[in-house]
Amino acid sequence: MWLDMFLKSDIDKSINPNVVRRRILRSRLRDRLFALGGLVVMAAACLVLLALLLQLAYDGMGRVSWQFVISYPSRFASQAGILSAWIGTILVMFLTALTAIPLGMGAAVYLEEYAPKNWMTDLIEINIANLAGVPSIVYGLMALGLLVYEFHLGQSFLTAGLTLAMLILPMVIIATREALRAVPPQIREAAYAVGATKWQTVRDHVVPYSMGGILTGMILALSRAVGETAPLITVGALSFIAFLPHSPLTLEFPFLSFQWLFDPFTVMPIQMFNWISRPQDEFHINAAAAGVILLLMTLAMNALAITVRARFRKRIHW
Amino acid sequence: MQRHIDQELAELRSQILRMGALVESQIEGSIKALVDRDVDLASRIIERDTLVNTMDVDIDENCMRLLALQAPAARDLRFVTTAMKISTELERMSDIAENISERVIELNEEPQLKPYIDIPRMANWTMTMVHECLDAFVRSDAALARKVCADDDFVDNLTHQLFRELLSFMIENPATITRAIRLTFIGKSLERIADHATNIAELVIYMVEGKIIRHTIPPVLSDNES
Amino acid sequence: MTIHVDVMPAIKAESKALSFYYGGTVQALKSISLALPDRRATALIGPSGCGKTTYLRCLNRMHDLYPGNRYAGAVFLYPDGLNIVDQTIDPIEIRMRIGMVFQKPNPFPTTIYDNVAYGLRIRGSIPRSELDGIVEQSLKDAALWPEVKDRLRELAFNLSGGQQQRLCIARALATGPEMLLFDEPTSALDPTATARIEELVTDLKQRVTIVIVTHNMQQAARVSDYTAFMYEGELVECDRTEKIFTNPSNKLTEEYVTGRFG
Repeated sequence: MWLDMFLKSDIDKSINPNVVRRRILRSRLRDRLFALGGLVVMAAACLVLLALLLQLAYDGMGRVSWQFVISYPSRFASQAGILSAWIGTILVMFLTALTAIPLGMGAAVYLEEYAPKNWMTDLIEINIANLAGVPSIVYGLMALGLLVYEFHLGQSFLTAGLTLAMLILPMVIIATREALRAVPPQIREAAYAVGATKWQTVRDHVVPYSMGGILTGMILALSRAVGETAPLITVGALSFIAFLPHSPLTLEFPFLSFQWLFDPFTVMPIQMFNWISRPQDEFHINAAAAGVILLLMTLAMNALAITVRARFRKRIHW
Repeated sequence: MQRHIDQELAELRSQILRMGALVESQIEGSIKALVDRDVDLASRIIERDTLVNTMDVDIDENCMRLLALQAPAARDLRFVTTAMKISTELERMSDIAENISERVIELNEEPQLKPYIDIPRMANWTMTMVHECLDAFVRSDAALARKVCADDDFVDNLTHQLFRELLSFMIENPATITRAIRLTFIGKSLERIADHATNIAELVIYMVEGKIIRHTIPPVLSDNES
Repeated sequence: MTIHVDVMPAIKAESKALSFYYGGTVQALKSISLALPDRRATALIGPSGCGKTTYLRCLNRMHDLYPGNRYAGAVFLYPDGLNIVDQTIDPIEIRMRIGMVFQKPNPFPTTIYDNVAYGLRIRGSIPRSELDGIVEQSLKDAALWPEVKDRLRELAFNLSGGQQQRLCIARALATGPEMLLFDEPTSALDPTATARIEELVTDLKQRVTIVIVTHNMQQAARVSDYTAFMYEGELVECDRTEKIFTNPSNKLTEEYVTGRFG
């Protein structure tokens, strides 16, 4: 009987309204503290970012002009421009995309849909994840030995494109695999149940429905590649190119030329690096201005990624 | 696994048994009223019939509720549908007992025609059949139910015997016709009660074995072993 | 006096001592021999884990999609006597003759039209007019046409759960299957949608052999002609549905059907 009363008193305490209220207040307080902490951290990060941007803009905004964009680099800071640099960036990105995307998607589709689940596949998966973390300069060294010296591709656009492609390939593969994995097994089963082969299921359903995620991953990988400097320096990007590569389009049959692939190249980050290494202040300003342009290019690519993802997300929800 | 429905089925079973006990006492009472020439008892039997009717309605409602809400299957389903039909048979038995009591009241307006021998014998046999068919229901005893079906022949024979005897009375002495006819009626009533007991027994066999043997000829019964 | 003549209808498919092992080792089906009558509905009932869905998925080789699974025994599809679980037979061929509707409605995230047309498109090029006709007929057979005839180009996801499931049925019907497998098709739907699907199955079974796995015994009772009760990977009893629910032969079946276990 006393046990009864003992138990009851415990219960009474927990349903005693004042005790409960105190508990709720304590939880609320903890809630608010946590929210506040999060806000502070986020504000700090934003402030740092904002400081960087403002510093860059302050230094470089004045120098940004149409003339700056269409001039070649020059020994005279006031005449120097980034024409060859941004054209170079675009061409290199084009090559990188052309190489990395098909290879990356193909590898991811194979690994996710076709490869048997054994130790070898696991090994490959682990290695891909590792490769994503390898320092970019190591890729540069490898490319130098393999592409420049072994295959004699020279210090050219082709080499640059292939180097960066190898760099971002693991990222593309991983992003594509995640996107493929997000397609629920019920959809695959539905396709198989109707009599589709594996290839038909992948081609008609799995890949199209994961396109949003795949594209997002690709664009993010490319925007990382835009900023890579170390590997390109290693394979021989020049920092003073006062000319443009040969045009890929010609006026005569077959209207396509591959000469430009073997031309020497430069890209935006390298141009910036070159200018910042010079002692003159004007070149530093040039570098800041180039930085602003580069930042805008990166932001544009990210915006593109977000739009693409949103458009695909609207249609598909699991 | 014990479930709610088991309780409800048990309750239904007790309801049937209570009704059965009441009906048995109705039959017994009506014959006693005849033998003892007890008009009061007969009147009470007639009044109590409404109680039996109420029980019948209750059981019906109970069964409908079980069917609608629990959707019983197999054995349980057979039990519930059998209970509904048994309740109807019991109610008819009580109606017949009421009719017997009415005849008893009428018979008491004149002196007793003859010592009652056959009718009490028939009554005992019939009441045994009623008791046994309800027993078979309680114990799910198909063998006992089959015995009840077989016993019906005996009651039929007694009815014919009674009729022949009363017929001879009527031919000899026309003044006895009214009483003789009433007694014949009572004999027939007992035979009908026995038939209802047989019906209940057939229903019990269906409930236990899942075979419908109603409306089949008796020889089929004895052939069927499994 | 009416005489019940219980003529056994023709058999559409029949499993003979079918056993199944997940991952090659875990035995989920123990030597099941079950005949599936032609153009009737056969229900598979039993407690969770008894193997009814496993059995169903053997019939259209869905287990092949996941590595390591092993079949033993045979499942014959008539009238040609093809052994469904024979490893030399291409599962695609089987799936083109036997369709499946799943527990949770799983339409493709494309248009209603494309959902129904997909099965036909992958079989080769069919002229557009013919395709339109088949799509319309399939949607009519699935009791969905009146609700979608004006919005075939809309996304399938805009439909309600019950409509999506009927769309999946239309998708399965479009390819003209000989047998349709239903894996608990209404367990994710509300009572009204469930009733419509049951009506549909009752109509369809006159033209297509149907095998339906269900947790809901009342559904099995309402919809099927034959019911098979399975327990722990074995077939306990299979008989006409009315017999199973009024007077089953096996005690275990009776216990399950009266709700006394599982």
